[in-house]
Amino acid sequence: MTYVRPKFRHPELPKNKLGYTVDYYEGALSTLCAGCGHDSISAGIIQAAYEMNIEPHKLAKLSGIGCSSKTPAYFLSNSHGFNSVHGRMPSVATGANLANRDLTYFGVSGDGDTASIGMGQFVHVIRRALNMTYIVMNNGCYGLTKGQDSATADQGSKNKSGNVNLFESIDLASLAIELGATFVAQSFSGDKTQLVPLIKAAMNHPGFAFINVISPCVTFNNNMGSTKSYDYVREHVGATATVDFVPEMQEIIVEYGKGTHKNVTMHDGSVIQLHKLSEDWNPLDRQSAMNAVINSKAKNEILTGLLYVNPDAHDLHHMIKTSDKPLNTLTKEQLCPGSEMLSEINADLR
Amino acid sequence: MKATDIKDPEYFHKVVDCQHACPAHTPVPEYIRLIAEEKYTEAYMINWDSNVFPGVLGRTCDRPCEPACRRGRIDGKDEEPVAICRLKRVAADNKGDVKSLMPIGPFKPNGKKIALIGAGPASLTVARDLAPLGYEIHLYDEQKLGGGFMRSQIPSFRLPETVLNEEVNYILDLGIHTHFNHYVKSLKETLSKDYDAVFVGSGAPKGRDLDIPGRKDGAANIHIGINWLANVAFEHTAKVGKKVIVLGGGNTAMDCCRTARRLGGDEVKVVVRSPFAEMKASPWEKEDAAHEDIPIIDNHVPKSFVVENGVLKGMTFEKVTAEYDKDGKRKLVPVGGPDVFIEADDVLIAVGQENSFPWIERDLGIEFDKWDMPKVDEVTFASTNSKVFFGGDSAWGPKNVITAVAHGHQAAISIDLMCRGEVLTVRPSPYVNLVSQKMGIHEWAYDSQVVTDKRYVVPQAEKKLTLSDRKKEVELGFNGLTGFKEAERCLNCDIQTVFTTDKCIECDACVDICPTACISFTENADESDLRSMLKMPAKNLTQDLYVSDILPTKRVMVKDENVCLHCGLCAERCPTSAWDMQKFFYNVTKAHTGCASHK
Repeated sequence: MTYVRPKFRHPELPKNKLGYTVDYYEGALSTLCAGCGHDSISAGIIQAAYEMNIEPHKLAKLSGIGCSSKTPAYFLSNSHGFNSVHGRMPSVATGANLANRDLTYFGVSGDGDTASIGMGQFVHVIRRALNMTYIVMNNGCYGLTKGQDSATADQGSKNKSGNVNLFESIDLASLAIELGATFVAQSFSGDKTQLVPLIKAAMNHPGFAFINVISPCVTFNNNMGSTKSYDYVREHVGATATVDFVPEMQEIIVEYGKGTHKNVTMHDGSVIQLHKLSEDWNPLDRQSAMNAVINSKAKNEILTGLLYVNPDAHDLHHMIKTSDKPLNTLTKEQLCPGSEMLSEINADLR
Repeated sequence: MKATDIKDPEYFHKVVDCQHACPAHTPVPEYIRLIAEEKYTEAYMINWDSNVFPGVLGRTCDRPCEPACRRGRIDGKDEEPVAICRLKRVAADNKGDVKSLMPIGPFKPNGKKIALIGAGPASLTVARDLAPLGYEIHLYDEQKLGGGFMRSQIPSFRLPETVLNEEVNYILDLGIHTHFNHYVKSLKETLSKDYDAVFVGSGAPKGRDLDIPGRKDGAANIHIGINWLANVAFEHTAKVGKKVIVLGGGNTAMDCCRTARRLGGDEVKVVVRSPFAEMKASPWEKEDAAHEDIPIIDNHVPKSFVVENGVLKGMTFEKVTAEYDKDGKRKLVPVGGPDVFIEADDVLIAVGQENSFPWIERDLGIEFDKWDMPKVDEVTFASTNSKVFFGGDSAWGPKNVITAVAHGHQAAISIDLMCRGEVLTVRPSPYVNLVSQKMGIHEWAYDSQVVTDKRYVVPQAEKKLTLSDRKKEVELGFNGLTGFKEAERCLNCDIQTVFTTDKCIECDACVDICPTACISFTENADESDLRSMLKMPAKNLTQDLYVSDILPTKRVMVKDENVCLHCGLCAERCPTSAWDMQKFFYNVTKAHTGCASHK
């Protein structure tokens, strides 16, 4: 019986800049169903954190409730973690981020946790432009309670027992763009070559970064007629462009035809390289991103890749002008400068 | 790359590194699992079928399986192979009644008569494989007992006589006609005795001599290693001088020096031409010699024996250093300086041994090559005389027991085919079986967990005891518990990862879970390109890639067999059972088990 992963790793695993091999970013052995898309996303997160040379103690992973929200146990064991109340991960993330702005915040949620019980929290955390990466592992069903349709199940999609979903689905990516998220992407758990660079770019983004990842529920929503099965997604997937994330500006070696590639330089000089851009799409333009999503939908296509990015984004701390020093490091002397300082301030206000 | 054909038994056979490396292809992981289950008798019988001398080999085998063991590769650092050889001994030491599981005579005669020349492991294997088929076997040897060099050259402190006798007798009890104390002087004469076939398993009986100044004058105290060991074994020699030099760096030299320590040699030194690291002796034999306070002096080339007034005083050596040309060829170059003198009362020469066939007439239709070695077919072991077969050391020079046994099996098949008038080159297929081990979602019929225990050391008897008694066995063997723990270190490489392309939904679960990054899904390419395109580049070219058919996404699954732990996690995480863990049993067909036309 195996619930334990062997200790041995490939003897030639390369080390990242911090001297860690990728297994340093692993978590416990997953207890999700065999073949769950969520496990692939976890593996993508592990890979991205390894490639981004993240110091594990400088990252906090947060989640709510659901199959997706269990996954933080399965990656980044050496990082901080908070498994919060159902749908309330954004509030906890906001609190943590306000207290310590120096950490990388990584929120993991599901379609139920985000689009149903947590919808109110979700829209407001976008409005607040919290500096975090928010990943939805979207399988279109409530896997933990045996696969009922969720709010992201497409209208007309058939579930395992043959029932057709009558209701319009919530498109989380469109919603995020609509509400002003400054980094919005969509991906598929079965495509790590796309997913890993997106996660890396999202972690690097200085504002709210949202990735909606279609992640088939292999147990309850991988049947014929489902629009979130491995087969359906593979047949209907389209991409805005292929994505590469380059932490520092490097010479671009590959030559692409004119108008088919674009580099988006981020606030810190890192670059998102986009190749084979789809027509009439400009990643820097919200309007064109919205159009691209709507057009794809009309063609019965699932649009993946980067949808929209604003490289000059600002986050909550910038807007409310908090101290550059994390609040949790401020001493009593700094927070209570004494009655003399108080009188000075009061004098200014007279 | 083309999709891997797993219907070819040789593909999975190669994955079982230990079994593949074993000349007799003993199903190693299978018997190791049986040892862990305390089924020692069954473990012994699997061995007995394949290698005929489990008790002997469990103590003395050259263990080509161990350097091949996957366990030695999986961490790239200090992980050592499973102690396969010593586990074999656990089976032999703890077995129950095995005799009743062996073929029991008398066998119905088939009217054919076979002569076996030399009673070493090769001939004894032929005897065991053919006797149950009704062949009348005549076994000739110049010594008074069977066993060949297992008896004459392997000292009793490594291989107790009782163990050897037991396993030789299992064969002789099959109704073999023994002609001991009988030196075959003429093959012509033997052939004239209406034998249907003659098997030559006479070994490589001639120890190489060293023709340097003083050799003749000091002859009384200069001995050829293998002859000296035989004299000790048959109790013609019981003493040696206080100061002994052993020349040579092979396992015979190690046996000589350790035997000398037990016969009165207080200052025994091994002197070898080559650098220490390049000595032919197995590392563990060098360790055992060191443990018995025997220094090994390397890079010394013997120059002369120093004899004064007819008495051997010692030897002189020239110091050299090894230099290598661009092809890696070694040259020993003198470092200059005066010769080194080492005192000695006796010198044992163990610098190699050779074949010698003075008793084979050259007009019998047996062709010899320019090195005066018979021309022997590598598959059938037949010589150019259709009735005469060779095997063991006598075929291609000195090797080891397990190689001799492997030769014996194949020669027996050839002899049987020949006697039945069939074509020798059409060999029987191996016995193969492949069975799923799945018992539940997380349950397998084998211990799939990979333990992290380091290799256990075999306990030894106290040095004071062993050095004072030539027959006292040094190694004590694993006890049952340690045997179990060591057996659990086995990675079960025979439990194969079997992939079914049309069940795969490409969910990546296996890729994500594989602890050693063996599995990749990628576009197809030539092997050399594919090896570099994997999740971890497959740099070990001796290990195959397992490639699937084209998948729906036009990719292929590629598994690098190199460091697969056979932990079964890929199959556990596979939602569609596209991966399954299946036990692969591969057994070389022997003459007495395989040929269908025998009723």
